[in-house]
Amino acid sequence: MLLRLEPRGQRSRLWTYASPLLALALTVVTAAVIFAMLGKDPLQSLYVFLISPLTSATGLPELFVKAAPLILIGVGLSLGFRANVWNIGAEGQYTLGAIFAGGLALSYPEAPAILLIPAMMLLGILGGMTWAAIPAYLRTRWNANEILTSLMLTYVAQLLLIYLVTGPWRDPDGYGFPQTALFSSSATPPILFEGTRVHLGVVVAFLAAIVGWIVLTRSVIGFQLRVLGQAPRAARFAGFSQERLVWLSLMVGGGLAGLAGMFEVAGPVGQLTPSISPGYGFTAIIVAFLGRLHPIGVIFGGLILALSYLGGEAAQIDLGMPNAVTGIFQGILLFFLLACDVLILYRLRGPRPLAGGA
Amino acid sequence: MDQAIIISFVLSVMTASTPLLLAATGELVTEKSGVLNLGVEGMMLVGAIVGFATTVHTGSALLGVLAALLAGAAMALIFAILTLTFLANQVATGLALTIFGTGLSALVGASYVGTAVEGLPKVLFGHDALVYLSLIAVFAVAWFLRRSHRGLVLRAVGDSHDAAHAIGYPVVLIRYLATLFGGAMCGLAGAYMSLAYATSWAENMTAGRGWIALALVVFATWRPIWLLVGAYLFGGIMYGSLAIQAAGAISLFGYPLVVPSQLVSALPYVATIAVLVAISRDRAKIRMNAPACLGRSFHAAG
Repeated sequence: MLLRLEPRGQRSRLWTYASPLLALALTVVTAAVIFAMLGKDPLQSLYVFLISPLTSATGLPELFVKAAPLILIGVGLSLGFRANVWNIGAEGQYTLGAIFAGGLALSYPEAPAILLIPAMMLLGILGGMTWAAIPAYLRTRWNANEILTSLMLTYVAQLLLIYLVTGPWRDPDGYGFPQTALFSSSATPPILFEGTRVHLGVVVAFLAAIVGWIVLTRSVIGFQLRVLGQAPRAARFAGFSQERLVWLSLMVGGGLAGLAGMFEVAGPVGQLTPSISPGYGFTAIIVAFLGRLHPIGVIFGGLILALSYLGGEAAQIDLGMPNAVTGIFQGILLFFLLACDVLILYRLRGPRPLAGGA
Repeated sequence: MDQAIIISFVLSVMTASTPLLLAATGELVTEKSGVLNLGVEGMMLVGAIVGFATTVHTGSALLGVLAALLAGAAMALIFAILTLTFLANQVATGLALTIFGTGLSALVGASYVGTAVEGLPKVLFGHDALVYLSLIAVFAVAWFLRRSHRGLVLRAVGDSHDAAHAIGYPVVLIRYLATLFGGAMCGLAGAYMSLAYATSWAENMTAGRGWIALALVVFATWRPIWLLVGAYLFGGIMYGSLAIQAAGAISLFGYPLVVPSQLVSALPYVATIAVLVAISRDRAKIRMNAPACLGRSFHAAG
């Protein structure tokens, strides 16, 4: 081996923040190579993917609209991941939040917005928490792996949504399309800037990140979460209740994912359909890692991955590329990020000097 | 019941079980070496589309199966480089592999939607060779892990990588090989989906089977023979849920019972959770059988 890894002995602060930047740079280079392999002009493709979505008047506001659900879910996941609670079923919790809130919006379309919107937010949170409570209960009571249970529930949630929008909740005037009626105007979260789609949820997402930051760095619970993740034995000796932290991680993650689902269907989507999410729940996992499992970092991670969605749409329109390109780049970004993260704990060294050498 | 119906039922269950059994057998070997690869779903999807595309272009299902095997192994190689050489977190890397594989298969597969292939040739009792290969593989793996020297070494690496390293076994190399084997088997499982089960390609066609295979490894508490039981149980559930949907309604004591098809489709996923809980609640049994170093990175000191 020409290069070897040598333990640093402690975490490198520099590489904690430099690693995402290096990973982004490597992803862009790889993307250029892939574009070239697909027979496109790499530079022009990169421009379409990364720059063109932001050049139009609605570009920047749209970026925040797309980032809002990613940030909301990512903040919740980053707290759980720190404690080694692997909730990867955020997509299902998002769906349940959308179903709970959507059900309310369809039942009381005439209710005043001042009551309806907060009630929908609460029900969205409740929906996500309900779905996350299942893996939490199964993990704490029966020792069942939350990775597999939360993921299985994502499929169940999607089937439940399809059942509702093709069955009991289908819009009778919808020409048989699998969708509910459009939500009433009082069930639509207020738009903050005229002429854009920036809704209340964007502000809530930023608030969630700030609150998450305070909880993580300034509260006993945040301290316990960090200890449980970094030194599980120490957490046990200190008497931290692991069960409570598992519940807490899943409730926060599920609640925020449910809230994201509520804002997305009430705002940009405006009704329940089978395709209310382009995989936000899974992309938020990348957002959490890119944001260094730190709520403020998650804001940046959310904006970057929101750009990948916009870029994917632009590439579809301008370059005729399938939408799947977005998923590939998201996967590659996470690959590079995980590889670069080795530099946080290890440094690269050249070949070992020969024995007896100076 | 008519004899012909029973035979057709058994044949259908075997068809539904085979991809689960192939993927779970591969993942079991990977996990026994101490590596937790959650990218099964992604590796299966890439195997499915590569096998399908190769068969369409060459006209040879055999070449398609071989290509799928290599594609699965190539995906596993990405995982192995990241987790075994760059010591990345195995859970996160496995998720990345699934996200990447889902996107890659959808991109490559876009132009193959709607194409049909003849599928794998039947060799015996109306089944193709992969069905029998899956059965041979599970017994071969059982023998390998229990009776062979190399199998013992692989288990030692999975149970205590430090001790295995101290004795002089190449921990990282053994884990690379076990991970590649797991990927190749997932590629085969994917090829079975696109070349035998469906004989066509559809985006996300594995529909969570990779994750069910991961759950099966826990269900079997890392014992290969129990994988056979689990895979056929789940194959039965999957076939049953399809059969109920095809029938439209089932009758219970003579009364027709209308069940929404989506709720029937949810059955395998709910059953996976139920089975996982039933096994996992016995903590001692899990601890006895799970590889002690599962999911932990190894870095040789000095």
